[in-house]
Amino acid sequence: QLSLFRFTVKRPFSTSHSSVDSKEMKKFQLLAHKWWDEEGEYAALHSMNDIRVPFIRDTLLSMNSNYHLGNPLSGIKILDVGCGGGLLSEPLGRLGASVTGIDPVEDNIRTADRHKSFDPVLAKRIQYKSSSLEEIVEESMETFDVIVASEVVEHVADLETFIKCCSQVLKPEGSLFITTINRTQLSYVLGVVFAEKIMGIVPEGTHEWEKFVPPEELESLLESNGFSVKTVNGMLYNPLLGSWSWMESTSLNYAVHAVKSGATDSPPETDTQQHSATAGTA
Amino acid sequence: VVVSGGGMVGSAMAAVLGHDIHFHDKKIALLEAGPRKEYDHMPDSYSNRVSSISPGSATLLSSCGAWDHVCSLRLKAFRRMQVWDACSEAMIVFEKDDLDDMGYIVENDVIMSALTKQLDAVADRVEVFYRSKAVGYTWPLHSHSCDTSPWVQVELADGRRLQTKLLIGADGHNSVVRKEAEITNIEHQYDQSAVVATLHLSEATDNNVAWQRFLPTGPIALLPLSDTASSLVWSTSHDHASELLTMDEESFVDSINSAFWSNINHSDFIDTAGAIFRSAISLLKPSGTAVRQLPPSVAKVDPESRAMFPLGMGHAAEYVQHRVALIGDAAHRVHPLAGQGVNLGFGDIACLAHHLSAAAFNGSDLGSLKHLLKFETERQRHNVSLIAATDVLKRLYSTTLAPLVLLRTWGLQATNALPPVKVRI
Repeated sequence: QLSLFRFTVKRPFSTSHSSVDSKEMKKFQLLAHKWWDEEGEYAALHSMNDIRVPFIRDTLLSMNSNYHLGNPLSGIKILDVGCGGGLLSEPLGRLGASVTGIDPVEDNIRTADRHKSFDPVLAKRIQYKSSSLEEIVEESMETFDVIVASEVVEHVADLETFIKCCSQVLKPEGSLFITTINRTQLSYVLGVVFAEKIMGIVPEGTHEWEKFVPPEELESLLESNGFSVKTVNGMLYNPLLGSWSWMESTSLNYAVHAVKSGATDSPPETDTQQHSATAGTA
Repeated sequence: VVVSGGGMVGSAMAAVLGHDIHFHDKKIALLEAGPRKEYDHMPDSYSNRVSSISPGSATLLSSCGAWDHVCSLRLKAFRRMQVWDACSEAMIVFEKDDLDDMGYIVENDVIMSALTKQLDAVADRVEVFYRSKAVGYTWPLHSHSCDTSPWVQVELADGRRLQTKLLIGADGHNSVVRKEAEITNIEHQYDQSAVVATLHLSEATDNNVAWQRFLPTGPIALLPLSDTASSLVWSTSHDHASELLTMDEESFVDSINSAFWSNINHSDFIDTAGAIFRSAISLLKPSGTAVRQLPPSVAKVDPESRAMFPLGMGHAAEYVQHRVALIGDAAHRVHPLAGQGVNLGFGDIACLAHHLSAAAFNGSDLGSLKHLLKFETERQRHNVSLIAATDVLKRLYSTTLAPLVLLRTWGLQATNALPPVKVRI
């Protein structure tokens, strides 16, 4: 699959600014039990771990000189938004991080909980919650060192709200990692038509091309909400080998690493204003 | 991770993983049916089970700190290897250009002792269960929404249960892990047994050459242990092997000497043909022929050191399955004529440890087929050709039929003259 199915939870009485899309939720409910079949519907997501885990791991290691190679992410608190069945939470947990995984689909959380329960080490390091990002904001202000939103933002209803919430729960100078799909003609042809309808790499109807996010849009939303974008890398899936690799072009899938600015107690509005003032843009 | 089988290969696997930085937080268990083997210093007499350790294997052993212990205990480096035919004058000499060590003859007990010490050094990560046998394995069901544990359950004879993400089978050519995992094994018993013994040479010598002569009944090899002692590995028919074991010491020594020295199997035809070929080579490539040296003569044999064991060939159709990997003789069994058996096992370890280390650093599930299959592909590619070649050599040299003798005579002479081919070997 070219995309990961994660998205934030829908609150029962949703306001117009919820980032969760109920249609999207239904799509994933049906496949909740298929997460851990490495060769099933989610095979491409499993193999995406081969590049996204090293990306996250190496970026974090390069920012922190005090680590042990046997336990590289020890002491780091990570929020995995739209964690699904826990495909990404588990490797991060194995590398030593304390992971909180949230997903609006209860079945996903149930699957994730059950899968981690067999591993005593992971059972302690990972906590799963069926929740939306907004729902945890109040109780988790500036709690996390890292937020991971892999294959999520192409499914959310309101991207700006999503990013604002990320900023609120992230500590200053914390890292945000996003992987998603670009909105290009190529991504329509390969990502939707080829992957879904022809090859069946992704279950049909998973993606709506209109919701794909171009990196320029994502970058500008991030920068205007207190983030500094550090890295943007294109990703490519090879369906014959079933493996992912990095590529120059971001016309299909891409990954972003952004860091929340260090100014701790300036409210979001002032921040944006200052940013716009210095940047000279309205 | 659970390693089943605490022989040289199993212990080395556990030691290498235990010393791997990415395994710092992982727990490893090693199951060994026998008792703990450790020596502070070796007994005066040499053990009759020795192995030829290649430089690559030595590197692996030093990566987990065991090679230092081996060096401080006992080993013999050799610089040359002469291999020749009983039916002709053909021979091939292997020797490294820079006169470096080609390999080392080390007693198996020495390797075990060194590994035991290194396992002790990482006792916080590696737990060794001596005198423990696994009596039952429960394999994980492949369905993903099951409620039973997705890990491998190992039941020990004393009733204890272990559960693991990855079971490594290092339990020898009759591997229980392999049988329980229902992995097909292609095997073939050779009609040969190997006779081993510790021999004392007639006179002290540098003794840094390994000798092997192909007799029609099988190859006989003399591996140096010290300036005055060598180890014998004589592969021959079952009957002859029993004879060798029961005959008195003097006759035994005589048989060995005559096996190396006698030209009884030569025929004029072959000798002439060989000589012609050799002169042809020396015209084309003057340095391509070498003088055949004679191995040292044997004076006596260590009294209790004679033993025999049957030989066979085996290769598992698969080296890995979900949460299972086979290494060493459990995966492949080979004739000792090439001195490769344990080296293949050490090669397996180097490859598997490399993949597991990378998987651990990626936070992957250690039992996942993805990286296990990479290990399998790499090693099968390497091992199959070597095992097949060894098998072919064994069959080729088991005959006195003139055409085949001629073929192998010329082949050996040609190979001896061609550096590129020799280097590859």
